[in-house]
Amino acid sequence: MTPILEVRDLTHIYSVGTPFEHTALDRVSFSVEKGEFLGIIGHTGSGKSTLIQHLNGLLKPTDGEVLLSGQNIWESKQVTRACRFRVGLVFQYPEYQLFEETVYKDIAFGPKNMGLKPDEIDRRVREAAGFVGLKPEQLEVSPFDLSGGQKRRVAIAGVIAMEPEVLILDEPTAGLDPVGREEILSNICAYQKAKNATILMVSHSMSDVARLSDRLLVMNGSKLALMGKPEEVFSHAEELLSMGLDIPPVTRVFLDLRRRGLDVPPVYTMEQAVAVLSKYREAGKC
Amino acid sequence: MLKDITLGQYFPGNSAVHRLDPRTKLLLLIVYIVALFVAVSWVSYAVMLVCLCTVIAISKIPPKSILRGMKPLVMILIFTAVLNIFFSQGETVLVSFWKLTITLEGLLRAVQMMVRILMLVSGTFLLTYTTSPIALTDALESLLGPLKVIHVPVHELSMMMCIALRFIPTLIEETDKIMSAQRSRGADFENGSLMERVKALIPILVPLFISAFRRADELATAMECRCYHGGEGRTKMKLLRYGRNDYIAFLLGIVLLAVIFTLVHFGL
Repeated sequence: MTPILEVRDLTHIYSVGTPFEHTALDRVSFSVEKGEFLGIIGHTGSGKSTLIQHLNGLLKPTDGEVLLSGQNIWESKQVTRACRFRVGLVFQYPEYQLFEETVYKDIAFGPKNMGLKPDEIDRRVREAAGFVGLKPEQLEVSPFDLSGGQKRRVAIAGVIAMEPEVLILDEPTAGLDPVGREEILSNICAYQKAKNATILMVSHSMSDVARLSDRLLVMNGSKLALMGKPEEVFSHAEELLSMGLDIPPVTRVFLDLRRRGLDVPPVYTMEQAVAVLSKYREAGKC
Repeated sequence: MLKDITLGQYFPGNSAVHRLDPRTKLLLLIVYIVALFVAVSWVSYAVMLVCLCTVIAISKIPPKSILRGMKPLVMILIFTAVLNIFFSQGETVLVSFWKLTITLEGLLRAVQMMVRILMLVSGTFLLTYTTSPIALTDALESLLGPLKVIHVPVHELSMMMCIALRFIPTLIEETDKIMSAQRSRGADFENGSLMERVKALIPILVPLFISAFRRADELATAMECRCYHGGEGRTKMKLLRYGRNDYIAFLLGIVLLAVIFTLVHFGL
């Protein structure tokens, strides 16, 4: 089966021919299967944001190609535009892109641009608002009267309303309180389950990506450094630390325990840690 | 796309031209412009051109990027050339048809005017390419300092200019980001009728204005938190001081001016 998204030898160089010339992506290749949750991690300036802007055709690769269901997204203008509706991209701090008078109109902006019929637009707006936990009466207020966390939800709903097959989010929880973060993350998972969508999420929170992702992609210095299941990636703890990245706190604790001579397997989520420790307690070892 | 705007862009570097005191560069630019307008003959133009090229060479600015900045000028250049070709009086008639005559003098004059504009703009570019906006406003504040006596708010003006310049790249970046975000939601800025394209700007302008106001508000708070209260008694971290190179540059500037005036005096 062809993967939903495939990136081949993607290279991007900014400001070619000026003193500011800078390679942001260097021959990056990977593919994502349908329904997968891919976490993208990397230090600031490692090329994550440049990478995701290639996936819906906002940036044109200097070299290499991006295939969506096996089709090059730069094949023609129509294909590029169509891919923007199939691959939804939520930027960092998306609340700064709100502009309409009411929440409803703002969420409807994407579906309207798709040229859908009014009743289909209405269905999608209400469904998207439901996914992100907005109440129906909130649809009629101005988005600028909402709190920061709610604005963010409106912005995410604006992309979800296009019902993209691939949803890409750039640090969707940045600057939110713990409760807000948890809610946004579960909203995203709900969308993934309901539509069998593919999710790509950039995050700096290692425990979040460890918990949610099927696979992780690690960017370092414009190159793809590591890719694999969370346990594989986090088994390279030293390497991650040398890239200026963190590992989930619980993984760190368990690595330390191992170093002190306790025979524990490497874990990367709280659930695993609890399971391992209760097994220990049952065996009466601690 | 928006990042390609070069007008008034600073090219970081460490050449002798970059290291000159910004006041020196500003004053020398004025000297250069005066000389350029005094110069009338081809000989004096040649002298000016040699000077310009030498400074460009020393500054290590790629000539290509200076030429790239000329693009917006093409229309003005063509306009000037056409006006001069057709409306200059002259003796040697080259072509004459209908009511229009093209004379050799007119043609030469058109070329001269174009060269003058190009040299004028390259000189100005050289200043902005080699001087950071902050240094430039510092220089302006220092040079306009004497006006304080007649209660011109020099410090406030230069602070405003400094902030405006500082926020140009930020706003460009912001616009780029908002455009990308709206494009991700299917907004189309390139196609459609004029009316549709104007309407397509609303999703960019509204967030941009909101963020500009937010930034202004935050900046004002931040400045107040650091007890900013205007120019009274304020000291500088980077004091402007004339060095040996500056005096050499001034000397060369005066020599250039003298040479041009002498050439003009002898009708060359």
